[in-house]
Amino acid sequence: MNIDTLMLMRDEIFLTAIILLMLIGEILLPIAKKKWLIHIGLLLFLIYTIQSFFPQKTGELFGGSYQTYPLVHFFKAILAVGVLAILLQSVEWIEEELLPYDFTAEFFILLFSSLLGLNFMMSAGDFLMFYLGLELSTMPIIALAAFEFFNRKSIEAGVKFIMLASVSSAILLFGVSLIYATTGSIYFDVIKTNMALPLMEIIGLVMIFAGIGFKISLVPFHFWTADVYEGAPTVISNYLSVISKGAAVFVLMTLLFVTFSTFGAHWDYILYGIAILTMFIGNLFAIRQKNMKRFLAFSSIAQAGFILLALLSHDKMGVQAIVFFLLIYIFSNVAAFGVVHIISLKAHTENMDDYNGLYSTNPRLSWVLMLALFSLAGIPPIAGFFAKFFLYAAAASKGYYILVFIAVINVTISLYYYLLPVRAAFLRRSENPIPKIHTDIYSKISFVAIVIGLLVLGLYSGVFEYISQISNIF
Amino acid sequence: MDILSLFVVVPVLTVIALVFTKKLEQARLVALIGMLIELAMSVNLINKYMNARKAGDKAIMLFQRDIPWFEQFNAHYHIGVDGVSVLMILLTTLIVIAGIFVSWKINYLPKEFFIFLIVLASGVYGFFISLDLFTMFVFYEIAVIPMYLLIGIWGSGPREYAAMKLTLMLMGASALLLVALLGIYFYSATNGMEPTFDLLELANRKMDFAAQKIFYPLAFIGFGAIGALFPFHTWSPDGHASAPTAVSMLHAGVLMKLGGYGIFRFVMYLMPEAALFWQDFFLILAVTGVTYGALAAIQQTDLKYINAYSSVSHLGLVLFALLMINKTAWNGAMLQSLSHGFITALFFALIGMIYGRTHVRDITKMTGMMRIVPMLGVAYVIAALANLGLPGFSGFVAEMNIFVGGFLNTDLYKQALTVLAVSSIVVTAVYMLRLVGRMLFGPTTKIYTNLPHAFWYEKVAIGILVVFITLIGTLPFWWLQFIQDSVNNFIKPLVH
Repeated sequence: MNIDTLMLMRDEIFLTAIILLMLIGEILLPIAKKKWLIHIGLLLFLIYTIQSFFPQKTGELFGGSYQTYPLVHFFKAILAVGVLAILLQSVEWIEEELLPYDFTAEFFILLFSSLLGLNFMMSAGDFLMFYLGLELSTMPIIALAAFEFFNRKSIEAGVKFIMLASVSSAILLFGVSLIYATTGSIYFDVIKTNMALPLMEIIGLVMIFAGIGFKISLVPFHFWTADVYEGAPTVISNYLSVISKGAAVFVLMTLLFVTFSTFGAHWDYILYGIAILTMFIGNLFAIRQKNMKRFLAFSSIAQAGFILLALLSHDKMGVQAIVFFLLIYIFSNVAAFGVVHIISLKAHTENMDDYNGLYSTNPRLSWVLMLALFSLAGIPPIAGFFAKFFLYAAAASKGYYILVFIAVINVTISLYYYLLPVRAAFLRRSENPIPKIHTDIYSKISFVAIVIGLLVLGLYSGVFEYISQISNIF
Repeated sequence: MDILSLFVVVPVLTVIALVFTKKLEQARLVALIGMLIELAMSVNLINKYMNARKAGDKAIMLFQRDIPWFEQFNAHYHIGVDGVSVLMILLTTLIVIAGIFVSWKINYLPKEFFIFLIVLASGVYGFFISLDLFTMFVFYEIAVIPMYLLIGIWGSGPREYAAMKLTLMLMGASALLLVALLGIYFYSATNGMEPTFDLLELANRKMDFAAQKIFYPLAFIGFGAIGALFPFHTWSPDGHASAPTAVSMLHAGVLMKLGGYGIFRFVMYLMPEAALFWQDFFLILAVTGVTYGALAAIQQTDLKYINAYSSVSHLGLVLFALLMINKTAWNGAMLQSLSHGFITALFFALIGMIYGRTHVRDITKMTGMMRIVPMLGVAYVIAALANLGLPGFSGFVAEMNIFVGGFLNTDLYKQALTVLAVSSIVVTAVYMLRLVGRMLFGPTTKIYTNLPHAFWYEKVAIGILVVFITLIGTLPFWWLQFIQDSVNNFIKPLVH
């Protein structure tokens, strides 16, 4: 191994360095100057995000444990952009809620560690690295979910999450061990060639699916989602719903399409059923929610159901549709959560009824909220429409017209509840609406960038074309 | 930039300019300027189109432009126009301009109102110039969604309910359409060819009949719902009743025409065998809509509901004519789309003006309005007479073509249905004349005697619409020359 091959894991090395720098900063900076940590953290992460867009070679490290190729590298860059947007939105929250307790550095360190774990998980070439990455990404998030320790709901969210996450990890690990027992290897390449599909192996696959399904919050592994999203700090709910879920979907996709491709067609029955269940349950439960965070939690469950449509295609069409969808989904959901976060921080409410008349006092936030929700609902010319369209196309290309039909019915259901916050903000008039909120410059940058992204990414086909070029992972 | 893309670009620029306006005066001026530019472009387009046809250009679509968009999906931004789309663009422009004049004094969030109105218009323009199913669908949805905010924010009565119902029904229908589009797309990949969304290319590849049978009803209902196909019309009365005046005008005048136009241009053209297979089924729905709409209108006393059901009935005639599948009927269908666009827009404009003065829409609560607001009264009589098909106005020529086309079918079943449809004209006369008699004539209602006469901007709006209603009625052949050459091309796959 020389420095060139080591630089294949440039992203991870960089991120580790940032974590260490933050740790040093935490030790060296006097209490009065801890506020600098926020700016240092943001700046370092901005540099990380920019470097993640520079091209990376294809290759592997540690005897195949770590792999990198253009698609995974690009996806890491997408996640970095998502995390950067979330960080920009959370500056005020950190200043108000974390700085007094001197938790600033911890927040950054834990968040970056989790992202590091996701990066390793996506780049994994064997189940050992995969599991390490998974745990490294989950553990810090549990701590972060319970970060508002003065808030009982936050603690509750942390406890719920740690229990269910441990169980799901255990199930996944058991599945891995069954696969190891039958194929004699933990390396994805070897597993791929050695798969003979005895019963034990199928049980193993189902358990691995369950473990990852928990992270994506597919039905029936979704029960933690609403409670944890509601209780955790909004920033963390945001991270869970887009970054952590996005990475898990990516991993599920590569596992199903590449490693377990022999099992291919058999998966489809499971995916077909779970897709329908996830869409319907996510959508129908979302209708009744009054708390915006729970509302977005169920919406994110439903969105996961749509992603499964493209998993049925087993080809390049599905890969490009999923990656593009996740990109748009990250943009849309970060914006929606961002608005909820700011309103929750400044007006101390997460209740949808309190959003009545929001447009009269906060027109810009209302526009961002509306565009984000329209993007989630899939209404052109906002990017979400194109992303959903490609998912349908991927499923339809294999003849799953009935499933596409069910999906579009679900889109109509989802449109109903996505219009509810829009109705509250634009249509309803209120005697005492949420007062005018002054957002800081960081949130503004984040929102402006996201809105531009939502409008441009769909209409301009270049990004999709780039994804399509690098989507050949088979 | 080609002359067709400008039809979308100008509204987008207008919207951007509107974002920077502050007061009502600025907003309406900017919107009006944008739409006047569109009007100039529409007239220019008609002129260029006629010159091209005179010069012997026989292409199905003129002024085509084809830019690859999502190359992996072979989705293109492909645009072009023929006679029908040229007229539809003119209709859209005139109605939007009339709508701006009608909303001249809108005081609640004027800037936002005009933004959504123009966004809607840009979607409609895009729809009428699209020759690629993907582009078409994108524009179609852009045209539908601003409706929610327009009705929800500026509407009256149960506006939230009406807006939600309308949006969900139309988006649900467009979801069916989406499945049909994907079906058409993937079934076009025969003989190892790349699948395509391109209308003209798709017409050359014959779609498998078994697939046609499945996707035709989805597409037909998808477009039919916005064209008030019975039983998917229920959004329309509630939606129109709650919508603000300009939105009712635009919606009934233009947006509901998207249904008939889409069926004409995309659905029947691409799936001709299935069109014949499903013909009888949808004919029954269409005729039911025609008669049911007319009968329901008799029962109503609310002006907007009367007109909304009348629209269901008259747009049912468009679908009915399309399903008759012959040139005369199709000419009538397209002429009816145009004619109904102007008539119904005039109706809604007048209803808005009367309601703005009396704050009542119930015809039993006001009488003798002719003496109080004579200009509005006369215009209402014109609209009513045009609507019931009086010769000299646009309704007559359109319906004449439709019913002659219906009787051209030799089998008894279709002739019987035509008789049923014709009888709706009588019913129309009943509810129209009763309305005119009750509301406009008779003793004047005391509390309304001091109402102001029509303002100049109202006169402009009325003037535009009345002029075009009479122009179609008196010069039908000038309009039919555009329609005929389009119909001749698009009916070819259906008649042998």
